[in-house]
Amino acid sequence: MERERRRSFVAGAADVGPILLGILPFALIAGVAAVEAGMTGIQAVAMSVFVFAGASQLAAIELIEQNAHALVIVGTVAAINLRLVMYSASIAPYLRSVSGRERLTLAYFLTDQVYAVSVTRFEGEEGTSRVWYFLGAGLPLWVVWVAGTWIGVVLGAGIPDGLSLDFAVPLTFIALLVPNLSDRPSVIAAAAASIAAVAGAGLPYNLGLIVGAVAGVATGVVAGAVE
Amino acid sequence: MTDIAPVTLWAVLVAAGLCTYLLRLSFLAVFGRIDELPERASAALGYVPPAVLAALVAPSLAYADGAVALTPGNERLIAGGVAIAVAWKVESVLATIAGGLVTLWILQSL
Repeated sequence: MERERRRSFVAGAADVGPILLGILPFALIAGVAAVEAGMTGIQAVAMSVFVFAGASQLAAIELIEQNAHALVIVGTVAAINLRLVMYSASIAPYLRSVSGRERLTLAYFLTDQVYAVSVTRFEGEEGTSRVWYFLGAGLPLWVVWVAGTWIGVVLGAGIPDGLSLDFAVPLTFIALLVPNLSDRPSVIAAAAASIAAVAGAGLPYNLGLIVGAVAGVATGVVAGAVE
Repeated sequence: MTDIAPVTLWAVLVAAGLCTYLLRLSFLAVFGRIDELPERASAALGYVPPAVLAALVAPSLAYADGAVALTPGNERLIAGGVAIAVAWKVESVLATIAGGLVTLWILQSL
């Protein structure tokens, strides 16, 4: 039993290993951008601990810098992280036999990356201790995320403004967005969201983002239904 | 630099963290009562990432000096276009950031 747990934990860590390299730059940027937006180092690291979801954190930092209304910031984080509900629904059947308390813990570690490796492993294999595999993938990711944010905070203070490193934030969104454009309705959703967001950019409290997101999802649903 | 008061900012961080945790927990907590997300809801959720990410990116590329500028003179628009091409070709976060930033630096130095 002990050995199976360890084996599962190591398998999860091994599967998430290559991904860690990819999330490190996000973590660094989350730290650098937070400090540049005027947050303290403790607040930057606390955000990574509390929220632990990269794209939503970068969006929140952008809005914090622009002095957006608190509810708009929280609403934007929730909107970007709505996809986690989908992961939660998709992974839950595999964790049927796990106790309620353990599920409270596992939920915290449910990220894009952990979801992706876990659902792939759980589909194909019966023998794995799923709780320990999940933690094996989730813990290293968490450590890299939080430590990377802290390193970003430390580095951020020494980076000159002339390098336009704030531009790295929309660039990371581009890196996340492009792989999502896998079919035509998604492309249409992104195009509609772009147009609506640019048109609504003058709205107060950065509501243009919400307008863009809602317009994009609605257009995507219609386009998907037509196809 | 933000003018948001520290107390408000801390409240935002806690609330954002709590919301995110509850979204993660949602179906893990209620499982057994509901087996699967309705197909239509799940399809709509699938469009959330491209829509939200595009809505975040577009204004930061389209605006220059406070006005919409879809012209070659808008350095961030061009650099963003290069980044999209890089992301399309190599699907690497690092390469995308590098491609966009280096393009911006070159354009700014011209």
